[in-house]
Amino acid sequence: MAEFKTNPEILQPENLVYKRTNLLTEKALSYCPGCGHGTAHRIIMEVIEEMGIQSETIGVAPVGCSVLAYEFMNIDIQQAAHGRAPAVATAIKRLFPEKFVFTYQGDGDLAAIGTAETIHACNRGENMTIFFINNGIYGMTGGQMAPTTLPGMKSSTSPYGRDIQTMGNPLKMTELVATLPGTIYVTRQAVHTPSAVRKAKRAVRKAFENQKLNKGLSFVEIVSNCNSGWKMNPLQSNEWMVENMFPFYPIGDIKVNEEK
Amino acid sequence: MTEEIIIAGFGGQGVLSMGKILAYSGVMQNKEVSWMPSYGPEMRGGTANVTVIISDERISSPILHEYDTAIILNQQSLDKFEHSVKTGGLLIYDPNGITRLPERTDINIYSIEAAEMAGKLGLSRVFNMIVLGGFLKLKPIVDMEYIHKGLEKSLPARHHVMIPENEKAIETGKTLITPVLVLS
Amino acid sequence: MKELRLMKGNEAFAEAVIRAGADGYFGYPITPQSEVMEYLMAQKTHERTGMVTLQAESEIAAINMVYGGAGCGKRVLTSSSSPGMSLKQEGISYIAGAELPCLLLNVVRGGPGLGTIQPSQSDYFQSTKGGGHGDYRLIVLAPSSVQEMADFAGLGFELAFKYRNPVLVLSDGAIGQMMEKVELDVQQPRFTDEEIRKNTPWATIGKTPDRDHNIITSLDLESIKMEQHNQKLQEKYRLIEENEVRYEKIGCEDAEYAFVAYGTSARICQKAIELARAEGIKVGLMRPITLFPFPKKILNDMTSRVKGILCVEMSAGQMIEDVKLAVEGRIKVEHFGRYGGIVHSPSEIVEALKKQIIGG
Ligand SMILES: Cc1ncc(C[n+]2csc(CCOP(=O)(O)OP(=O)(O)O)c2C)c(N)n1
Ligand code: SF4
Ligand SMILES: [Mg+2]
Repeated sequence: MAEFKTNPEILQPENLVYKRTNLLTEKALSYCPGCGHGTAHRIIMEVIEEMGIQSETIGVAPVGCSVLAYEFMNIDIQQAAHGRAPAVATAIKRLFPEKFVFTYQGDGDLAAIGTAETIHACNRGENMTIFFINNGIYGMTGGQMAPTTLPGMKSSTSPYGRDIQTMGNPLKMTELVATLPGTIYVTRQAVHTPSAVRKAKRAVRKAFENQKLNKGLSFVEIVSNCNSGWKMNPLQSNEWMVENMFPFYPIGDIKVNEEK
Repeated sequence: MTEEIIIAGFGGQGVLSMGKILAYSGVMQNKEVSWMPSYGPEMRGGTANVTVIISDERISSPILHEYDTAIILNQQSLDKFEHSVKTGGLLIYDPNGITRLPERTDINIYSIEAAEMAGKLGLSRVFNMIVLGGFLKLKPIVDMEYIHKGLEKSLPARHHVMIPENEKAIETGKTLITPVLVLS
Repeated sequence: MKELRLMKGNEAFAEAVIRAGADGYFGYPITPQSEVMEYLMAQKTHERTGMVTLQAESEIAAINMVYGGAGCGKRVLTSSSSPGMSLKQEGISYIAGAELPCLLLNVVRGGPGLGTIQPSQSDYFQSTKGGGHGDYRLIVLAPSSVQEMADFAGLGFELAFKYRNPVLVLSDGAIGQMMEKVELDVQQPRFTDEEIRKNTPWATIGKTPDRDHNIITSLDLESIKMEQHNQKLQEKYRLIEENEVRYEKIGCEDAEYAFVAYGTSARICQKAIELARAEGIKVGLMRPITLFPFPKKILNDMTSRVKGILCVEMSAGQMIEDVKLAVEGRIKVEHFGRYGGIVHSPSEIVEALKKQIIGG
């Protein structure tokens, strides 16, 4: 293998334009190149760093591609059984009400096997944050249909496209939880462009800051790509996402700190 | 001394609480006790029963299939438990609850018109204490001073004003118990 | 000073967990154990000791709440009855894999399926052989009185933290529902954050600069590491088998025969002993208090004195497999079971002893 040598000139502090946050460990991310999970991890960790709450934050990782989030997020973190992260986080928050508690979950985890835990944590108004990475597919297990898979969209278990007659409709979990009195802030974001990332990061920050208000659960969906599961290259997948996912899952706030 | 008792009747007749007061009185008199209720849908609107054991020794089984005493407050319970009384044991019934008299001839049988008396007194809630009085007259296994303490312990504080009324009902029951068949 | 009360088994357990300094209870109603949560709610545990009592949306949520709380080094528990325990098995496997201390109560009812709400002992296999997936064991305590329902709350937490392992109190509908005298321990304080930091340094309570981030997980994608993790678990289970066997022997000094029974059936066997001895039959009882670790050696030692063992279980024959393994074929071992919610009568146990062991 060829040896790469970095030009020492470039390493000068004055040339520094971007740095990995200390809240990401040095472990190489296990995600496919181009996957949105890595960016989502980064902005969440940056917000925790900027808020200076590392020692007060407890995360809960799901089962899905981001099962190893605990390897990358340099915070105290628990890995929950498939779909159960909101229940795990509920107990943590109840037992440590003054800490910042969040879950990080995929669409299979949150909107299929964990539907009950999600809805009930939202409905109880647990004073925590749920990050929901919606890539419309089961990435981890090799691209099977998810509850969020679009009508007509192909997956390994809907090889001819999702037929809503026999396979049911895609589930808009975010709109659903917005109807519950226990949620205080519900928003849908994306991380496919720098400006989208900046907006998503503001949403992440708001969601964490909301925990200080003690007024309910903040729910942040991030519509993301799964280039591997969608069988596209990263660029194509982002384009496909903009063209197909965004019309069905429109980006923007759905519910913002309503007075209760 | 070991006394193994089944109390059986309709839910709402105060079967479980009669057992509890008896058991708690036993506790106060430093005896070993157990209280094992029937539970579940069996109880809804239907029959309720409770096994109470009071003993000077450690109690082996809290669940029994035969008893020294059966206190019977409705027909279903008579049908179910008449044959579970040990030979030479005791059966007490309230005639208002039954349509057929007990048939056993190898046990002692007493009746007590508790429902009628409770009606007369206009105090249906002390019905079960009248029955308890009848039993205690025949088998004074716990002293009245401990019954008092048992009442205190098993009734919530806001019901403590009713303790004298309950004690009076027990005394009334002692006078009402009537022999039907007494083995010599 | 201990306090004397007359309580139901379920209530005694609930009161005892408060007094043991529990931090959180998470449950879902099911007969015959709903009194546990009802009692805790009535006690306003949050006002009384700061303990959280939460009714979850399912047993699955409840056990995962236990996972979350236990991962924070807190004293947490859940309770259920058989069908609910089946739902909890996934979570229990994760808890065992992540080596989290917690307390579980199963007030067993008859199965399979929705079964009956009456008492049974047919969850022995599920409780002692793992229950969920993977090679793991719970410490299983089998109370046979209301007093033990209370005692095993405190003991359960103690063992759970000593071994970082879930502890299951395996009761049944009869013990849960009946009232007996119970002496209650004095209130223990709940853990302070300082104690958690010191005694459970692995707990996820917020990463501080002086240590690496704490991770609670049962996953390792590298098989070789997973094998090592399993070996470590197995070593722990062997240690538990060495140190934590508990049992009670009743009337065994001169016994020619023995009953082996736990929980409610052990109580009924005591009555059967009274009846049998009145007929001149010298029979005693060996009552396992820990079902895992199972009192194997004690049973094996007994084979030099007794001629036969009758296993009395409210099941179609589950514990008998452990009894037979322990006895190594030295003496006759027979099973006498009633099930589906039926409890043995003492006299039929004596008859079974005569027919299956003495006569057979
Ligand atoms: C009880 C259980 N059922 C199934 C699985 C297998 N499984 C692992 S991840 C996954 C789907 C994950 O999809 P998603 O939540 O959308 O996450 P993604 O990988 O897409 O980020 C499934 C079904 C499991 N681990 N546990
Ligand atoms: S499979 Fe999909 S979701 Fe998983 S890492 Fe790869 S691109 Fe991301
Ligand atoms: Mg997905």
